[in-house]
Amino acid sequence: MEIGERREGGVVILSPVGRIDNDTSPAFQSKLLATVPAGGGAVLVDLSKVAYLSSAGLRALMMGAKQSKASNGRLAVAELKPVVKEIFTISRFSYVVEVFGTLAEALQALSGSSGAPKG
Amino acid sequence: MAMLIRFWGTRGSLPTPLGSRAVRDKIREALLAARGRKLDAPQAIDAFIERELPFSIGGTFGGNTSCVEVAADGDEHVICDLGTGVREFGNRLIALHGPQRKHRFNVFMSHVHWDHIMGFPFFAHAYIPGNVIRIHGCHKVLREAFQRQHSSPSFPVDFGSLGATIEFVELERERTYEIAGLSVKMIRQRHSGDSYGYRFSRAGKSVVYSTDSEHKFEALDESYPFVPFIRDADLLIFDTMYSLADTVSVKEDWGHSSNMVAVELAQLARVKHLVMYHHEPIYDDRMIETILSETRRYEEISRSTHKLIVSSAYDGLEIGL
Repeated sequence: MEIGERREGGVVILSPVGRIDNDTSPAFQSKLLATVPAGGGAVLVDLSKVAYLSSAGLRALMMGAKQSKASNGRLAVAELKPVVKEIFTISRFSYVVEVFGTLAEALQALSGSSGAPKG
Repeated sequence: MAMLIRFWGTRGSLPTPLGSRAVRDKIREALLAARGRKLDAPQAIDAFIERELPFSIGGTFGGNTSCVEVAADGDEHVICDLGTGVREFGNRLIALHGPQRKHRFNVFMSHVHWDHIMGFPFFAHAYIPGNVIRIHGCHKVLREAFQRQHSSPSFPVDFGSLGATIEFVELERERTYEIAGLSVKMIRQRHSGDSYGYRFSRAGKSVVYSTDSEHKFEALDESYPFVPFIRDADLLIFDTMYSLADTVSVKEDWGHSSNMVAVELAQLARVKHLVMYHHEPIYDDRMIETILSETRRYEEISRSTHKLIVSSAYDGLEIGL
């Protein structure tokens, strides 16, 4: 699957495109785990171009969140489409992964966190 | 009808009776909803409860632990698990036929954790000579689990003094059995000490009873053995005790599954009807109803072409196949 990557204010932003389901979640998970820095830092997943997340996609996010937590980093998601927001509600994933409404809100929170390298 | 499935106990882990506060809240909500309506006849009241009130107010999902009956045409009874729901099952048989009528029971045990055996000491037919109870399962500790529960200091009546003839039948996982007119297959499931799911088939219809099972698969496709096991089932009774978030975080490896995984597996295997089962004891009726509504919505979101019916089990639910 197509996954964009850029850096803003010390935060790595991943931007997957399409559906994160059983077929695409392995690629998404590999990219996410490779991106989460070993020495702490913040990763933000921009879900504005994601139309659907299955349980496999959510599990991949959880793997990333666990790896991030283990290295004192932070992982968050932002810009959820209405359907994806529903899936977060149904799965109760907002209790285990940080969710922000907009990229700006997320960047402000993550850039100020101790886990995110400055610059 | 090929089979009639009756749910006698649907709660997970622990019996969960309604307290007086919960009953009072239901009455209050019902009376509020009835304001301004003409409910001066019993039939009108029944229709109002049935059609107008949410099930979480007009009913309850119930508090007995696991017990499901698979009723076919034969003279022998088939039940899955011996949670506290089996007491109600036995009471109904006595109400229908009296205590003198002799019965043969075929029990299929998912596993022998306490909530799945705790009803047996209160199953009246176990005390009546002439009844035959055959307890089937894949665990070598089957007999030990029942005998230990039924002995001092946990219970005053020793297992050996029960009046019924009680037999334990250890099943071989790879075999298909013909029992009480049903074809029975089983599958090993991920749970502490293992659990087993059963697929019962008769006259072209099939029901899968799968509780206390955590699904941690590398890939959700045909390579996962559970998918072919439930393929095209008419009814799938499935452990949806936790949310997906719970099963991958604080309750990972607790041996239970979620509503979202239930829907995805059922859709993949083209199951016709999913029944959510083994409800979390901390959930009240309103929460279980909310989860049912969310699960139906997730079924819509994730559906491709196959429409899956989604229900939530409650004590007293009957589904004909």
